[in-house]
Amino acid sequence: MKKQKAVIGLEMHCELKSNSKVFSPARNTYNEVPNANIAPVDMAFPGTLPVVNKKCVADALKMSMALNCKQPEYMYFDRKNYYYPDLPKGYQITQMESPVGINGHIEIEVGEKLVPVDIHDIHLEEDAASLDHYFDTSTIDYNRAGVPLLELVTEPCLHSAEEAVAFLEHMRDVYKYCDVSEADTKKGQIRCDVNISIMDEDATEFGTRVEVKNVNSFGGVYDAINYEIKRQSELKEAGRYDEVEQETRRWDEESGTTIHMRSKVDAIDYKYFVEPNIPKYKITKEWLEELKKEIPRLHLERKYDYINNYGLSNYDATILVKEKNVADYFEECLDLGIDAKVASNWITTQVLGYTNKYEVDIKDVYLTPKRLKDLTDLISKGTISSKQAKDIFFKVMEEKKEVKDFVSKDNAQISDKEELTKIIDDIIANNPNQVEEYRGGKTNLFDYFVGQVMKNTRGKANPVLTKEILNYKLKG
Amino acid sequence: MYMDKSIEELHELLKEGKVTSKELIKESLVKSHEVQEKYNAFVTICDDAKETSVTDELVSGIPFGVKDNYSTKDVLSTGSSNTLKNYVPFYTATVVQKLFDKGAIMANKTVLDEFGMGGTGTTGHTGIVKNPWDPKRMCAGSSAGSACAVAAGVYPYALGSDTGDSIRKPAAFCGIVGYKPTYGMLSRYGLFPFASSLDHCGVLTRSVKDAAIVVDAMKGKDSHDMTSWDSSKINLTKSLNGDVKGKKLFYIKEIANIDNYPHASLQLKEHLENFHNTLDKFRSIGVEIDEVSIDQRLLNAIPSVYVVLSCAEATSNMSNLTGIIFGPRGKSDKITDMMMEHRTKGFSPLIKRRFVIGSYILQKENQERYFKNAARVRRLIVDKMKELFKDYDGLILPVSSGPAKFLQEGDDTIDENTNVLEEHLQIGNFGGFPSITIPDGFINNLPVGINITGNCYDDSNVLNLAFALESTMNYKGQIAKEVK
Repeated sequence: MKKQKAVIGLEMHCELKSNSKVFSPARNTYNEVPNANIAPVDMAFPGTLPVVNKKCVADALKMSMALNCKQPEYMYFDRKNYYYPDLPKGYQITQMESPVGINGHIEIEVGEKLVPVDIHDIHLEEDAASLDHYFDTSTIDYNRAGVPLLELVTEPCLHSAEEAVAFLEHMRDVYKYCDVSEADTKKGQIRCDVNISIMDEDATEFGTRVEVKNVNSFGGVYDAINYEIKRQSELKEAGRYDEVEQETRRWDEESGTTIHMRSKVDAIDYKYFVEPNIPKYKITKEWLEELKKEIPRLHLERKYDYINNYGLSNYDATILVKEKNVADYFEECLDLGIDAKVASNWITTQVLGYTNKYEVDIKDVYLTPKRLKDLTDLISKGTISSKQAKDIFFKVMEEKKEVKDFVSKDNAQISDKEELTKIIDDIIANNPNQVEEYRGGKTNLFDYFVGQVMKNTRGKANPVLTKEILNYKLKG
Repeated sequence: MYMDKSIEELHELLKEGKVTSKELIKESLVKSHEVQEKYNAFVTICDDAKETSVTDELVSGIPFGVKDNYSTKDVLSTGSSNTLKNYVPFYTATVVQKLFDKGAIMANKTVLDEFGMGGTGTTGHTGIVKNPWDPKRMCAGSSAGSACAVAAGVYPYALGSDTGDSIRKPAAFCGIVGYKPTYGMLSRYGLFPFASSLDHCGVLTRSVKDAAIVVDAMKGKDSHDMTSWDSSKINLTKSLNGDVKGKKLFYIKEIANIDNYPHASLQLKEHLENFHNTLDKFRSIGVEIDEVSIDQRLLNAIPSVYVVLSCAEATSNMSNLTGIIFGPRGKSDKITDMMMEHRTKGFSPLIKRRFVIGSYILQKENQERYFKNAARVRRLIVDKMKELFKDYDGLILPVSSGPAKFLQEGDDTIDENTNVLEEHLQIGNFGGFPSITIPDGFINNLPVGINITGNCYDDSNVLNLAFALESTMNYKGQIAKEVK
């Protein structure tokens, strides 16, 4: 058999952040109590009507722009009709004819390689209720019914489980950067459908496409893809490729396999048509301009900026851009004039060490970039040592005071040249034998003199200055 | 006897203390039970209705009726369907709430054709509604109970809804006024949907002024309905000055010219003659009326465009009726079977037929041919009307092909070519146009009606025209008298 190539397309559903749901006034927050966040329209009581949440549309348009998609001239929605117990209205309000974005393209990083990904479309829709199945009953929780959902559909342009997961991770970071979603897979906020086919490496025609629905973790996506590639390849290898049918399967986490749900012939006709209760409205250029300004510089752009223009290592830059607040903190440090590498070192070790340990957000940390600047200035001026700086760092955090409050006569370094010269003169005068030996060639005695100075000053002598004066004096 | 009076008259009497709100309710409820006995107009009679204090609001202290497809908190709201036969909502429709807030009192919930789908008033789950002028005849529908009750003098007004002609046709058959304002002037929040892009709220009254008063009390932008709009600058009641000199109307030759019906029945001839006599009365007070010809093919398409669009939307709109959350739950272990049983038992054959049509039309392979083409023809018809509304204040046409039809098909055979004459009011729903029917005479002692339809947002003009025409005739405020 010829070498096989996998062709993968993803549908990524991501819940958006908002005060209220996308077409309903009910609250959109994660709630442990079932059926606590509901309005009449979420349960499709007769006569209720959808009202579009403008914030959700704005966020959807922002994401459309962030993915370099084309935005439509008019905003409107469609109904996708089907019966299911988790869908109270019997239809889902979604976008079929005119999604918020089409024909997008982005680059993602896979390993250290940049890979282009084409976006078919991105559209705004409402989530369904959630079902829980027990031994002999099922329960419905309508908290999730009507939660804003962005569905992103890629072209079949990915070729491995690694690429697929890298894409999902990239998108998760983009959503978080733009602050439109918590994008937390643990809360079920990201769900994926995966389309997989295989083909001969040199072939031009795609193989038979299999859809795997409702994969709810990135690990699941990885495993499902590899499982399907293996399943399809083995069938092909055995000359039974005709057994690979165009079908919908589901990922079974427990067994680590995919299971047949329905064949193409049983595909549902969703009978799409325009939602008549939401009037079509024009998306103005001005509005798009405004929204565009709210899109922050994204992580990949920042990462390459840090590496190429500030000389940071890939490793450090990756850590810095992982969360937008951290990258913003770093950039604020740069704006204040802290050396990039110094700032990077402080953030990646001390600051993040602290935020991880105490589980706080970097933007709430008492040691602001301004205070970090005070601290690093003192080091570069030689007022304090690096070791002292670390102590002060924690004291500032704990006692919520200014850096200068911890720099006193007692702990300040002796950086006064005259004062140090006087001390060193005394030491030289009191150690004539050692001076003699040093000058006779026993240069490793230099450290002895440094030690004496430190002992004399209880460690507060500026080490650089001490060495400089000692060198000069010992030459004789 | 007070319930045969106009809203303004009742308001005066209440203000002067000559009658109390309590007495009005009592009379209205007694009358409700009589009408129920004779004509079967109600799903629910609110025997526990309470009086309200009389304020400066014209509708305060006065009873009214609500079509049973409006959601009313704590009061059974069935849509005249078995699928909701036990449904008691926990919220009130916006327009009903606005009337409550102004002190109006709901006396009953009226029968309709199941979910507004039907034009006979015979398909409600509580049985057929009879015409108060002749119980052997229908009220037409779907606002059959509301039209019947207002005509019978149960109260001065009742709410209706209108997707094709569901307010304006029963009004004609019952000899009263039926008005549906421009789409979106009245919020649809709480109106059980039939076909959302065609559905209108509206009112049935015995005078144009009462229609203006009630709609003034109900209109306004509603944050629950995105298709509603701000009409705060419009005051319909105040715009009724009767001055129509220089106004221009047109009628459509292909619909209203007798020459178009070579085999016309005597009744149809009388009806059209009466229509043209009414036009002459209108001309006599300074209104110019032209005959305009419109492509017959466009007119012929009206009924099918309506069927295609309304059935398609209805199929989707009524997908929430599964018996899972509300309505009687089907009995089965499997959820799909539960839904199936609920819907199979709950809907009348007429509705099921429309669902099948709607589903067929929306199928992927049929959408372009039926649904999208119907939408295109709808646009053509609306564009044609809007073009004419540039030159004219409105369109004036006879309603139906004569008076109320018999419940049992008898001598009332439908004439050739009357299809468009029966269905042309749907133009008003296609364009969301303001449209009002008023009584304009009698044929065989049964009332007939005439309709004026104008351009969107031009409600004041349309109502004032109807108000002026009404004043040239003697049918204002008439109460149904059973004829032998």
